[in-house]
Amino acid sequence: MIEKTLKGKPAYWIWLAFLGMFMAIGAACYIRQYNIGLSLTGMSRDVSWGLYISQFTFLVGGAAGGVMLLLPYYIHNFKEFGRITILGEFMAIAAIIMCLMFIMADLGQPMRALNVLLYPSPQSILFYDAIVLNAYLYINILCGWVILTAERKQVKPPKWIYFFIYLSIPLAISIHTVTAMLYCGLGGRHFWLTAIIAPRFLASAFAAGPALIIIACLILKRVAGFDAGRKAMNKLVTIIIYAAILNMFFVGLELFVGYYSNIPGHKHAFEYLFFGLEHNGHVYNNLVPFMWGFVVLGFGAIAVLLTPAARKNDLVLGLGCGALFLAFWLDKGIGFVLAGFVPTPMYDVVEYIPTANEIGITIGIWATGLFVVTVLYKIAIGVEHEVEKC
Amino acid sequence: MDKQRRKFLKIAGASVVAGLGVPVIMKLSGEPAHAAGGNAAAAKDTLTKEASKAVRLGMVIDMRIFTDKPELLDDAISSCINAHNVPQFPDKKNEIKWLWKAPFKNVFPYHSSSYASKKIGKVDFAVLCNHCDEPPCVRACPTQATFRAESNGIIAMDMHRCIGCRFCMAACPYGARSFNYQDPRPYITKYNNEFPTRMKGVVEKCNFCAERLALGQEPACVEACQGTGAIIFGDLNDPGSELRAVLDKEFTIQRKPTLGTKPSVFYIV
Amino acid sequence: MYNKGIIIPGLLILVLFVTFPIWFNGFTTAGDLPKPELPPGGEKECVMPADYMRANHMKLLNEWRDNVIRDGNREILEIAGVKYPKGLQTACMKCHTQQEKFCDSCHIYVAVETNCWECHLTPDMATSKEATH
Repeated sequence: MIEKTLKGKPAYWIWLAFLGMFMAIGAACYIRQYNIGLSLTGMSRDVSWGLYISQFTFLVGGAAGGVMLLLPYYIHNFKEFGRITILGEFMAIAAIIMCLMFIMADLGQPMRALNVLLYPSPQSILFYDAIVLNAYLYINILCGWVILTAERKQVKPPKWIYFFIYLSIPLAISIHTVTAMLYCGLGGRHFWLTAIIAPRFLASAFAAGPALIIIACLILKRVAGFDAGRKAMNKLVTIIIYAAILNMFFVGLELFVGYYSNIPGHKHAFEYLFFGLEHNGHVYNNLVPFMWGFVVLGFGAIAVLLTPAARKNDLVLGLGCGALFLAFWLDKGIGFVLAGFVPTPMYDVVEYIPTANEIGITIGIWATGLFVVTVLYKIAIGVEHEVEKC
Repeated sequence: MDKQRRKFLKIAGASVVAGLGVPVIMKLSGEPAHAAGGNAAAAKDTLTKEASKAVRLGMVIDMRIFTDKPELLDDAISSCINAHNVPQFPDKKNEIKWLWKAPFKNVFPYHSSSYASKKIGKVDFAVLCNHCDEPPCVRACPTQATFRAESNGIIAMDMHRCIGCRFCMAACPYGARSFNYQDPRPYITKYNNEFPTRMKGVVEKCNFCAERLALGQEPACVEACQGTGAIIFGDLNDPGSELRAVLDKEFTIQRKPTLGTKPSVFYIV
Repeated sequence: MYNKGIIIPGLLILVLFVTFPIWFNGFTTAGDLPKPELPPGGEKECVMPADYMRANHMKLLNEWRDNVIRDGNREILEIAGVKYPKGLQTACMKCHTQQEKFCDSCHIYVAVETNCWECHLTPDMATSKEATH
């Protein structure tokens, strides 16, 4: 099936070359970082995780979000998702590849990464994260490939694959739960130390992931003549709206606990995120525009998706999903990780501003993810068209 | 290879057993041996007692003495820097700190500092790794590059194994850990030939001078304060130690005790 | 056989190319066995016999590393009446002071890169920034 990636319209090749350019820039930036060290990033002694880990966290959600296509199709027999489950699985593969790349970019000693397996440490959540992420990656590759091969041959998928499909559902939940546990198990960080992190992560993943798939479907409709069907899209919109409202609700609960209890440690990070935190006569507010962007775009997107127009008009639907994806990226891909470091354990405020080199690597990894998605979708759509012709 | 695998299976098996044997009763008091209760509690107490026979190194920092002689702390800090080839970065971003100083409100942020005495506000406190009995950094480390040394309770670092994920830095509630964002060597002014430097990409912190203890010497900071009683070092599990005598006599506080990390560094304010 | 004129010279070139390391080392000095320099201080005794060290020094170093850092076994070795605390800097390099003439001579020959010196100091490095005490 791989041969399908080698035949395409000029636009396909131009798109891949465009991504390839950013991948090359990212690679060059990474070589610099590998040789000089992470001092080329904006990270510091006090804000020891930055863009890489926050992108990783967000993208685990992108991978887990695909399960919102599998679940209705395989458990509830919602037939309309039949054509797009493969898109969810391939999206998950690309997202996990990006996650692993971001982790590697973040390591101080990347050549020693396998120490995680060489010295298994069952008390460390990172150990479990490495296991579930890799398991989820390989299961998705396996399921995606087997199902697509069966579709191409116009036969039913073999029975044994269903075991892995059903396994991938709890695994999707677990990748994001374990990723949440990386944060919510740390006693010294008030902002992260809350049981709602895992549910919140899942809610935002189940909104942002399907939103991205809708955007992908809309693009595929225009450029590849692949129509996922209105009914499927509308079902996805319903799922997105519920999940998005849940995420907003969870954020609201966090704000309630902080402000009603009036415990300073519970409030600091929220103060920093939404209003600016005053410390020693200086107001620290780097993230305030991002977070209000999240609030406005988030509620705006929910409102747009609730309108009947979103169910008929592709442009409205696309804009709504785009806004929602961006909103939740601002929340989880920017705010969540960085705010955890405010204030520092020594009650100081240190702000983080990514460097150009760091942004270059980040864009390079995103470009790699898009590249992988493009190639995989090319295969999926190619098979789809081939079957239609028969 | 086979040995490694067996080791892995042993660890995997042990963690399953540990999972099943979650303590049934959690004592309210942190002190071992005192809590009364059912058989389970009694059984657990004997276990704690057994464990407490091992050495647990600790430290009392007497801030009354440092208040009178602030230069003493500077001496202690510079002897630590010299002993361990600690680089001195000009910028805050790349800073490496083993033993350093900070005001009360930063060291004890959960203690009230409203209406605090003027004296307290001006004094610089000595800050270092707490060598916790329940270290969150050790729990976080995915490679056991940081671990609790069984023989003396020191929270040690294996620089050969650290992958530089900085999970321990996020986990440490005391800001005691530093990451080598770049090669530290250009920022080391004097080398101590008896101790290595670090390379870029690994985390480091105070090691309670494990290498000096092995030679029968005191930690560098303790030695720098010799005769003043500003830093008392010893075994917390030895009731006859000078350290325990000071702890029995004086009122001491620990940093962020509510987190349950059980710091081994105590302060007399 | 067709194309004899191309195939036979082609095969010859291939054989020459594949055996390049053998004859190149034969004609140049690159293949000469390395001669690591013995301790300049004239010490004759090591922790283990030279044969053992030649074959197993990397294992011994790893063992020492684990002993010292992980197992709390910071034994002080006594060799020919001199005490050395276990360790690359504190024991090995007290006699084998020259990394370039001892370690590197073989390591370059067998193309095995070491990263010991990214952290550990050789006496030469240490004196480049002399400690006062």
